[in-house]
Amino acid sequence: MNTLFDKIWDKHVVQQVEDGPTQLYIDRLYCHEVTSPQAFDGMRARGLKCFRPQQIYCMPDHNTPTHDQDKPIEDPVSKKQVDTLAKNAAEFGLTHYGMMSKDNGIIHVVGPEKGLSLPGMTIVCGDSHTSTHGAMGAVAFGIGTSEVEMVMASQCILQQKPKSMRITVNGQLGKGVTAKDVALYLMAQITTSGATGYFIEYAGSTVEALSMEGRLTLCNLSIEMGARGGFIAPDETTFEYLKGREFAPKGEEWDKAVAYWKTLKSGDDAVFDKELTFDAADIEPRITYGTNPGMGIGINDAIPESTQKEPSLLCTFEKALNYMQFKAGQKLLGTKVDYVFLGACTNGRIEDFRAFASIVKGRKKADDVVAWLVPGSWAVDKQIREEGLDKVLAEAGFEIRQPGCSACLAMNDDKIPAGKLSVSTSNRNFEGRQGPGARTILASPLTAAAAAITGVITDPRELYK
Amino acid sequence: MKQKFDIITSTCVPLPLENVDTDQIIPARFLKATTREEKFFGDNLFRDWRYNADGTLNKDFVLNNPEFSGCILVAGKNFGSGSSREHAAWAIAGYGFRVVISSFFADIHKNNELNNFVLPVVVSEAFLAELFDSIAKNPKMEVEVDLPNQTVTNKATGSSEHFDINGYKKHCLMQGLDDIDFLVQNKQKTELWEQANK
Repeated sequence: MNTLFDKIWDKHVVQQVEDGPTQLYIDRLYCHEVTSPQAFDGMRARGLKCFRPQQIYCMPDHNTPTHDQDKPIEDPVSKKQVDTLAKNAAEFGLTHYGMMSKDNGIIHVVGPEKGLSLPGMTIVCGDSHTSTHGAMGAVAFGIGTSEVEMVMASQCILQQKPKSMRITVNGQLGKGVTAKDVALYLMAQITTSGATGYFIEYAGSTVEALSMEGRLTLCNLSIEMGARGGFIAPDETTFEYLKGREFAPKGEEWDKAVAYWKTLKSGDDAVFDKELTFDAADIEPRITYGTNPGMGIGINDAIPESTQKEPSLLCTFEKALNYMQFKAGQKLLGTKVDYVFLGACTNGRIEDFRAFASIVKGRKKADDVVAWLVPGSWAVDKQIREEGLDKVLAEAGFEIRQPGCSACLAMNDDKIPAGKLSVSTSNRNFEGRQGPGARTILASPLTAAAAAITGVITDPRELYK
Repeated sequence: MKQKFDIITSTCVPLPLENVDTDQIIPARFLKATTREEKFFGDNLFRDWRYNADGTLNKDFVLNNPEFSGCILVAGKNFGSGSSREHAAWAIAGYGFRVVISSFFADIHKNNELNNFVLPVVVSEAFLAELFDSIAKNPKMEVEVDLPNQTVTNKATGSSEHFDINGYKKHCLMQGLDDIDFLVQNKQKTELWEQANK
């Protein structure tokens, strides 16, 4: 009751369907090439036009190669999917940021940086990491392709209102501990299904102190706790970030918008369906050891003996360790690493590149580590160069690739080979996620950088000395 | 795809694993299709568990075990977690499953199943454990899923449970209607909302 989630949700209710879901108005729909073609087909089959085309933004990101983007995509199936999005956007009159356009990048990086995702909005996309935009103080969540078609057809969606959860984290994060570590810690505490059915509001002094980039990382990972989405009440950090961005309101409109955005907070009397509180002092740099993001430990800890409660389903834990080629009780520090991936909608923003560069500066990449550094957008790429980070990275033996989702889900050529161990700043360590047979350890950009330098799993704080 | 629902009685395929994510249900490399061909997605359901790396059948995986068949998939809790890909629901439907029984579903996947006329049935942990046990003892045992009465029955033991589904969605499944039809019919209400809020 009287939570920020209630305020935004309730404002967007068009009608309550009798004995059914809510018809919710959607301010912004983002479309990428993977989850939209069948929705456009459906629209054509029904003879429908997009109801509010100016509220829909399209860009390819999942299939885009991270090199030679100026040349045609080599994989004909990827090429067809990317081309299909461009054709569909043109046919339905939608804005499309094509590959190599300076506006292109990962949808969840581009939306916030262009000021397309604003406080108080409802935002959806056929992509579970749409929760990222919650960092702007928006109700943002991932949907399926049928639901994408609903929004195209009506700018509305039918949804059951989720329950509300507040996760409060208080205190100052230790040196070398990032928003990514906070999220990995939360997942391990509440499991990958602990927030299913809920929408999370993140609060507390730790969250308030996060930069916009850090908040985007935290909200991005809400879905990995099972939540529909997660968001943070907008504040001065949000307004500062948004001011002057391409689609942010300007002049008088800006003042009016900020005045409204300042009202977007949970009431002092707000009642959440569930409240959880954590202490920042308990959070260390984190890594995962298993095949879901909740299977994580502090970087200096050992893999637990078993996390399963139901003996009949013990095989889940064992299956994960077998796949990862790890043993219960094993410590992972010093384990040899084959690949390092910096990027994705989780950690592909400028601050992530700054963090990575801060570790590798003046050092050299380990010879036997393959490192893929993939900016989240061309805007991030531009800023990397403006800040001279490209030189720092090049001197340490790293090259910067072209923007896209890349090895997060390996729909392009950036596949981790079977059996190889990857330290990745992405969001999922599922079996085969980074390529068939690939073994993934999720970590922060600092921990990824430390692994890239030493060639083994390393506590990044060791490299501060 | 829009098959009307009533009462389904079938043998089951057991998948006693927790946290089965949509990357396992349909790996990302099969998401490049630009059409909704059910057979293509059905053929690649659980692809990397069904086949070995060399392309041969993994005989240990339940879908390759001729003892188990039927249009009801029974899975451990938190089924369908991870990626929002509706392709996972297309793969499940394309393979021929009409019902998935679990003690817990991930939110987005649950909606995706409903939007593809696959019925997610949430049962208690105890009911699920007993069901896995019954299937293990007799793969030919049947389960009855009665949508009109919202009950699911383990016919081996006689155990029965009520399951939840909202009245609107139940009506849609039983009549073969979808949400887009409804939303398009309600455009006027949407316009009224816009006038009041923009």
